Amino acid sequence: MAEYPEELHFTKDHEWIRVEGEVGTVGITGFASEQLGDVVHVQLPRVGEKFAAHDTFGEVESVKTFSELYTPVSGEIIEVNEQLADAPELVNTSPYGDGWMAKMKLSDASEIDKLLTSKEYEDFVESQKEE
Amino acid sequence: MIRKVTTHINQNEGTIFERSRPGREGYKLAALDVEAADLAAIIDSKYLRDDDLAGLPEVSEVDVVRHFTRISTWNYAVDLGMYPLGSCTMKYNPKLNEKVSRFDGFASAHPYTPDEISQGNLKLMKVLEEALSEITGLAAVSLQPAAGAQGEMTGLMVIRKCLETRGNARKIVLVPDSATGTNPASAAICGYQVKTIKSGANGGVDIENLRQIVNEDVAALMLTNPSTLGMFEENIEEVCRILHDAGGFVYMDGANMNALVGVTRPGDLGVDVIHLNLHKTFSTPHGGGGPGAGPIAVTSELEQFLPFPRILEVSDGKGGKLFRVEYNCPQSVGRVRAFFGNFSVLVRALCYIVSLGPDGLREATETAVLNANYIAHHLQSDYEVGFHGKPLHEVIFSDKRQQKFGVHTIDIAKRLIDYGFHPMTVYFPLIVPGAMMIEPTESEGREELDLFIDAMRSIAREAEETPDLVKSAPHNTRIGRLDEAAAARKPILRWKPASAAAGQS
Repeated sequence: MAEYPEELHFTKDHEWIRVEGEVGTVGITGFASEQLGDVVHVQLPRVGEKFAAHDTFGEVESVKTFSELYTPVSGEIIEVNEQLADAPELVNTSPYGDGWMAKMKLSDASEIDKLLTSKEYEDFVESQKEE
Repeated sequence: MIRKVTTHINQNEGTIFERSRPGREGYKLAALDVEAADLAAIIDSKYLRDDDLAGLPEVSEVDVVRHFTRISTWNYAVDLGMYPLGSCTMKYNPKLNEKVSRFDGFASAHPYTPDEISQGNLKLMKVLEEALSEITGLAAVSLQPAAGAQGEMTGLMVIRKCLETRGNARKIVLVPDSATGTNPASAAICGYQVKTIKSGANGGVDIENLRQIVNEDVAALMLTNPSTLGMFEENIEEVCRILHDAGGFVYMDGANMNALVGVTRPGDLGVDVIHLNLHKTFSTPHGGGGPGAGPIAVTSELEQFLPFPRILEVSDGKGGKLFRVEYNCPQSVGRVRAFFGNFSVLVRALCYIVSLGPDGLREATETAVLNANYIAHHLQSDYEVGFHGKPLHEVIFSDKRQQKFGVHTIDIAKRLIDYGFHPMTVYFPLIVPGAMMIEPTESEGREELDLFIDAMRSIAREAEETPDLVKSAPHNTRIGRLDEAAAARKPILRWKPASAAAGQS
């Protein structure tokens, strides 16, 4: 079943971000990983790359489709999850944990306020399902 | 189960390596009638190898012939049955095309043959260029690109070159989310930043949104028409106007031209560049039987930038005409392919065009659209329509109604194999979740379409009544459901003896 951890912030593109100080950890949501199906490859950015909010920072490929990854907020990549190269299935088994994708140094912390809360994202997902 | 020697549909067969028996030979050389040379003396030792040879199969000639003859019949092909792979236009490849392309003058032609004695082949290419020009409503054609994606790239190179000549190559290429998947890559290779634009509610380009986005930084819009949803872009003239008013170009991806040939001409609608997939629309083989060909057609303004060499029709000085290969094309983007592209494919495409004629081409288009709509009509009671609108040459359903039984698109596609059909395209286009994209083409008669419809209806019933049967399909095949995730994550790319395979993790 889809989970919506309360401490995270979400986007309508199905990314989440966990903010700790001025660092944000980014991944895709449980709902997104269910929709994608078995993830077979994750293409991540290089450390040091800078992105604006809603830029394409990577790609995720599953057995049935592929999808672009969008930055929830602007910032610089300071770490990527190297584990995903050998174990892309972590995105399916632990989307909010070991399946994280990148850590960004936030350039504007106020951007976080524009993102969806856990509850807002859950409502958004439910409304998508009904459509 | 009975193990039949030859063609039991369920019976798999080991690789040629597994048929190996120590000491078995396929041939014997005659006794040496010259003095044996010392190998080490004539070949440097670093080129001699004695490793890993033990694994080579030891088999007899009949072992080899039977093995490969048997497995050669395992493939599914358009010559065996309907191949409804949406977006791919798997139409029948007429045998007349094959016969004509094997005529000695075509098959034995060498690209370095002087113009004077290649007049027939040059004329063939010129006539094909003119035919494609007439079909697309555009001034000039280059036959060089060897595939659709290469046509895209060439078309964008031409646009870029023209913009550079005007003084500013610009930065952005717009690509709708209903475009062919290769479009963004082609734009990126030509040095453009790709901006995806979302489709409007009707599946077409959102005109108001487009008006706001287009500015002097936009080099071109790449429009797939009909889109990957199989819908005609009804606002195409307005789209072209918006781009042209801002000094940009419209590139039309002609991948779905099978729905338009003889009915409407992109050039008349305002399109500046289009590529054509001869291996789709014009019936030349593809899908392992290629190679392809992706000619581009352009407006008269862009003609000077087409790849070189061009074929010119000039006066022979005696009141007649002759064809000449022109290498002096100073404005050209350059070569994109050796010589003249895939010549024998060009022969087949022209053969198709000439044998159908203008009326036949139009009828083929109409039949392709009719066939898709016949399927759309008969399956809408069993499957959720992926996109509401008037489909042209292909129709999209989704697994929405089957999901409640735990049956998904992938399961329906696998089950279709049990009914003897090649599966439809699945999970594409991306904008329809769980898409099943069906393109029957004009090749299928009503009986074949009815068989397909019956199969799909039967699968819809099974999904409801015996979902496990569908979820574990295929059953009537040599191998059952494959673990596609494991195959993609941990691919095994070569066969190894059981002992070696066990040794590796």
